[in-house]
Amino acid sequence: MAKTLFDKLWTMHEVAPDGDGASLIAIDRVMLHERTGGVALRGLAETGRRPRAPSRVFAVMDHIVSFREGRGPNDARLPGGEVFITETRRMAQEAGVHLIDTDDPRQGIVHVTAPEQGIAHPGVSLICPDSHTCSLGALGAFAVGVGSSEAEHAMATGVMRIKKPAQMRIRVNGRLRPGVAAKDLALHIISAYGAGGAERRVVEYAGSAIDALSIEQRLTLCNLAVEFAAFTALIAPDENVLKYVEGRPFAPSARNLDEAKAIWSDLYTDDEAIFEEEIVLNADKIEPMISWGTSPEQCIAVDEAIPVINALPATKRDQAAKAMAYMDVSPGARLSACSVDGVFIGSCTNGRLSDLREAASVLRGRKVASGVRAVCVPGSQGVRCQAESEGLDQIFRAAGFEWGEPGCAMCFYAGGETFPPGARVVSTTNRNFEGRQGPGVRTHLASPATVAASAVVGKIVGADTLSGDKMAAP
Amino acid sequence: MSRRPPFSSHTGVAAPMLTDNIDTDQIIPSREMKTVSRDGLGDGLFAGQRYQSSQSRAENPDFILNQAPYRNASIILAGANFGCGSSREHAVWALAEYGIRSIIAESFGEIFHGNCGRNGVLPIILDKPDVLVLADHVRKDPQKHVLNIDLDAQRVKAQAASLSFSFDVDPYQKRLLMGGLDPIGLTLTRKSDIDAFLKNDVKRRPWIYE
Repeated sequence: MAKTLFDKLWTMHEVAPDGDGASLIAIDRVMLHERTGGVALRGLAETGRRPRAPSRVFAVMDHIVSFREGRGPNDARLPGGEVFITETRRMAQEAGVHLIDTDDPRQGIVHVTAPEQGIAHPGVSLICPDSHTCSLGALGAFAVGVGSSEAEHAMATGVMRIKKPAQMRIRVNGRLRPGVAAKDLALHIISAYGAGGAERRVVEYAGSAIDALSIEQRLTLCNLAVEFAAFTALIAPDENVLKYVEGRPFAPSARNLDEAKAIWSDLYTDDEAIFEEEIVLNADKIEPMISWGTSPEQCIAVDEAIPVINALPATKRDQAAKAMAYMDVSPGARLSACSVDGVFIGSCTNGRLSDLREAASVLRGRKVASGVRAVCVPGSQGVRCQAESEGLDQIFRAAGFEWGEPGCAMCFYAGGETFPPGARVVSTTNRNFEGRQGPGVRTHLASPATVAASAVVGKIVGADTLSGDKMAAP
Repeated sequence: MSRRPPFSSHTGVAAPMLTDNIDTDQIIPSREMKTVSRDGLGDGLFAGQRYQSSQSRAENPDFILNQAPYRNASIILAGANFGCGSSREHAVWALAEYGIRSIIAESFGEIFHGNCGRNGVLPIILDKPDVLVLADHVRKDPQKHVLNIDLDAQRVKAQAASLSFSFDVDPYQKRLLMGGLDPIGLTLTRKSDIDAFLKNDVKRRPWIYE
């Protein structure tokens, strides 16, 4: 019988049925971070249990670490946050799991570090108590974001009990136009089908526009699947993925690589396989996107007008009105009229090298508008080192950006210093929820290029505004 | 409080919070997660709306759980995609510590839904019109128009109005909730299956175990 990519991953990891349509699924790797992973290690310790396979558990510091340059090993970005770092470190050491500590050259946001280190690769089943774990499906990994107790369960038992989800394929034909990023594609999909659109389905992205995406762009696209209510996301691994994975520290060693590749070569959806739902899109029509509201589904093209309330479906109107009040935007208006107070470039969504390059290409030779606080935080030490060796940090700094130490940084407010209440912030992150970046802060989600252009102009604009004649006049 | 109080039936005041997409950042803002612990989170529940500012604990009188008829609510009536967003289990821990035993919604965020059962909180999915009927009924007199949830019979009832709705529940989650069971202990009863899989898999995919 024809199988989907997900069917094959399911079979590969299925230990045994466990009743009611659920199965015990073998979990090859567990990733933890100090915000929600420490409590999972603590739960194990309190119940006298130990990780079954500590060598397949990886604890990374990313959520609470300070992003100030020259931070110390315990420096947190919020008062009292040190305890998350020190406790997670202590418990990781006691449990004997891999620890990628604050001063480790491999340190970074868990979903940036996992592919870089080869921890995530095709066919791996991996869970992490973090909702953006779905990013790693971009490599053909079976990657699921879970709660802390589920991570504790997987460490203790080696498995996760899962009811097999329904499946959806999103086929994106054509090709994204130059200047349109994977971020724009993801926001387009969420705005078109709603924040609940995937309804717990596994979403497989396919089609010529997906094939043409770089690995990093695929990670961005899959990262946002959780904002679409997907169980997880997947892209069938191709030659580019194999090239990307080979030789990374926790990828298959040379001794096992051929055998691994033989298994990976079957990781694709068979022609006749059936999905519960199929969506077909044309990439050529997609434009740079930006969110205007407080849900990732409240998005428009950058130069489009904000919807008029009555033009929205009845069930969306109350939420839209509430969002517009919070965001201080008007129905029918254009966001280009809005002054920007801050920008942030980074996060597990857009904190990889190609994201920084994309932003730097807009910023080169330009300055951030006066009154705009601009912050760039690379997603990992690996990204930071490479960016610095290419001189990207100099471009950001010369433009007036702060340049930070890797971590989740300003993607979410956890206490401590942030943008002031009421600030309008254009951000490469994944959530524009009320207060996400600080009490009263108004977040607009966009691609790195759009964020960079908005920083320069001081208004919400697409990067095309800065190209050609429009930028010539001083 | 036990980590997993058993759930059989429950009668309590229900608070309608029907906005769609109430995310876990709203349920427990990240700034309220102050220690590496499951405890001490009830005070931070809905902090962004419940208090007048992030600096104070002065109550915002406009927030439903601060209003007299709903102050002792133990059930939330919700819209679509309740608990979406961040995976933080702290959202369920905060709800449970505050005293919420069940959330009746049109749909749930996937991770949040999974987090509920293992922490003694029952997530119930009802069709939107049914949730709205219950909300209308409750609002007339929240303290008297309490809801009764019978997990064994899988029914939500509002006796004052002879309303009764049946609901589906995942049998595993039902078992966990009714017994207040430890999921790890349950899974470890399958240890021989797990061991057999691993013994075979290490030969099939040795690179995973390098």
